[in-house]
Amino acid sequence: MREISFQAALDEAVAEEMRRDPRVITLGTDFSGNPIKEFGAARVRFTPISESVLTGMGLGAAGCGVRPIVNWRMVTFSFVAMDQVVNQASKIRYMFGGQADFPVTYRCSTGGGIGLAAQHSQSPYSMWMHLAGLKIVLPSTPADAKGLLKSAIRDNNPVVSFECSRLGTVTGPVPDGDHLVPLGVAEVKRAGTDVTIVALAYYVQESLAVADELAREGISVEVVDPRTLVPMDVDTLRESVQKTGRLVVVDEAPATCSAASEIAALIVEDRETFRALRAPVRRVCAAPVPVPYSPPLEQAALPNRNDIKTAVYEVLKSV
Amino acid sequence: MTLDKAQLLPMLRAMILIREFDERAIQLRIAGKIYGAVHPYVGQEAVAVGVCTPLAVTDRVTSTHRGHGHCIAKGADIRRMMAELFGRVDGYCKGKGGSMHIADFAVGMLGANGIVGGGLPIACGAALAAQLEGRGAVTVCFFGDGAVAEGEFHESMNIAGLWKLPIVFVCENNQYAANNAVAAQHPRADIAAHAAPYDMPGVAVDGNDVLAVHAATVEAVARARRGEGPTLLECQTYRWHFHAMRAAPPAETRPAEEIARWKAGDPIARLAQHMLERGWLSADELGALRERVLADLGEAIAFADASPFPDPKDLLADMFAE
Repeated sequence: MREISFQAALDEAVAEEMRRDPRVITLGTDFSGNPIKEFGAARVRFTPISESVLTGMGLGAAGCGVRPIVNWRMVTFSFVAMDQVVNQASKIRYMFGGQADFPVTYRCSTGGGIGLAAQHSQSPYSMWMHLAGLKIVLPSTPADAKGLLKSAIRDNNPVVSFECSRLGTVTGPVPDGDHLVPLGVAEVKRAGTDVTIVALAYYVQESLAVADELAREGISVEVVDPRTLVPMDVDTLRESVQKTGRLVVVDEAPATCSAASEIAALIVEDRETFRALRAPVRRVCAAPVPVPYSPPLEQAALPNRNDIKTAVYEVLKSV
Repeated sequence: MTLDKAQLLPMLRAMILIREFDERAIQLRIAGKIYGAVHPYVGQEAVAVGVCTPLAVTDRVTSTHRGHGHCIAKGADIRRMMAELFGRVDGYCKGKGGSMHIADFAVGMLGANGIVGGGLPIACGAALAAQLEGRGAVTVCFFGDGAVAEGEFHESMNIAGLWKLPIVFVCENNQYAANNAVAAQHPRADIAAHAAPYDMPGVAVDGNDVLAVHAATVEAVARARRGEGPTLLECQTYRWHFHAMRAAPPAETRPAEEIARWKAGDPIARLAQHMLERGWLSADELGALRERVLADLGEAIAFADASPFPDPKDLLADMFAE
């Protein structure tokens, strides 16, 4: 299978969906490549730096039959559009009694680890999960990035596509043709029997690397990637933990009220899964600080392979 | 364009209906038949009716927390509006929205909005959709003078001017942003002056003169349909009642003299007088018109009261489209 980068896979997803459906348009302050050449300036809109109006325009146009892709660029810029995300996009369908659909996709880069400091190293997907009205995807591989973004664009709801900065240049196999990954379906990235690691985005590959190392020590780790945070494929997560009896959740957002917390809660509040647990659940997350700039500090703030490994040892020795 | 009797009668009827609808909403809220907050539109009827009359059903509007008048003027069914206020399944939002979230997409009413300024970006999106469709549809965005202090106003004006979106920004300057006077909110109280930097015409009209509002809207809509871009229309008006009530109407804080002066310029009385002077309406006909409106409202209230409450088992319905 051909190998392309995470970023190239995302670009392919947008181009293919724009080719497939003339209602798809894209709005942003800049674009990879030169999409205007193929799709024209009416459908590829260079915009002023106006996140509120972009976010709301995407929503309003979606309610009128257009299928906009709004690129916030970085998730941090979406905070400028808090009203449109929190009060409008996440509530509009429900509060109007479902009388219209709002097929808008919001794209943003997310995460730290590349020296961009506090404001541009955030992973706030749990804030958007909390709103209840947005679907949320968070891919970890080029193939998933393409397949999930294509599904997001075809979905008839507001969907936020979180695209991990550290994965941008990572390459991987991506099937030719119309490759789709359905929303709400987790994937077991590596099967194992002793411990389940549920990892998000960049930390899927880190957890897989740790699983390789631990395999040499005779520890069998299962790595599960939810891929979609809303809706969460809780059945696949619970099934894995029921098999292994041990859970480590790995993410680069701080632990408080995080996706990792939600996953831990979904595991322990299920009677059957709770009974299968043989150790307390562990979260491996960022330190509760704004991500600092200086490399040694940034590395200390974010989880690393050693933190993951330590957590696995911890859940293995607990009774 | 001069409006004749046949055109003015439905406008007069709509204005009376809007006023009486909200007078009833206040009474129903006091009686505990409806819930939450009520933001009466009484006194501002000439704006909604003057602006919406020239619109086609394919044109779209976005509204505010004070949105009942916009709904009625755009052609929403008062029975389903009332059922929504009652929180019943036959309401426009099946009881999920209430007064501040009524929408009727079938008539191009894209929703009231509880956030000051929140509807402006959404209206720009509707206008973008119309621009892409290329069929000449126009979006009207209603907002109050308070929204002019919001960033969303300026972002929306900027992009609409830049892209020549087919949109009419209608500022209902009712002299108060919630409970604070316009003069205390803006360095210059001249809202229409905000149009110039965004490269669009800014027009201030007497918002209690439905004919003036209508004429200004006709021109702004024609400009938008021709692809020449947006207009900012400032309609100077006044709300007769409080900003918002919950269980009981709050005490009045505005000067009595100011209220009396604006009430003397009652937009409904002015239109009625215009028609009486021309022999297009008699006092008897006006009385009969009002009686019919009250009968329709009585029927709407009975419809709402007879509609069932939503079943809690439907709590999670309508969250996501299939």
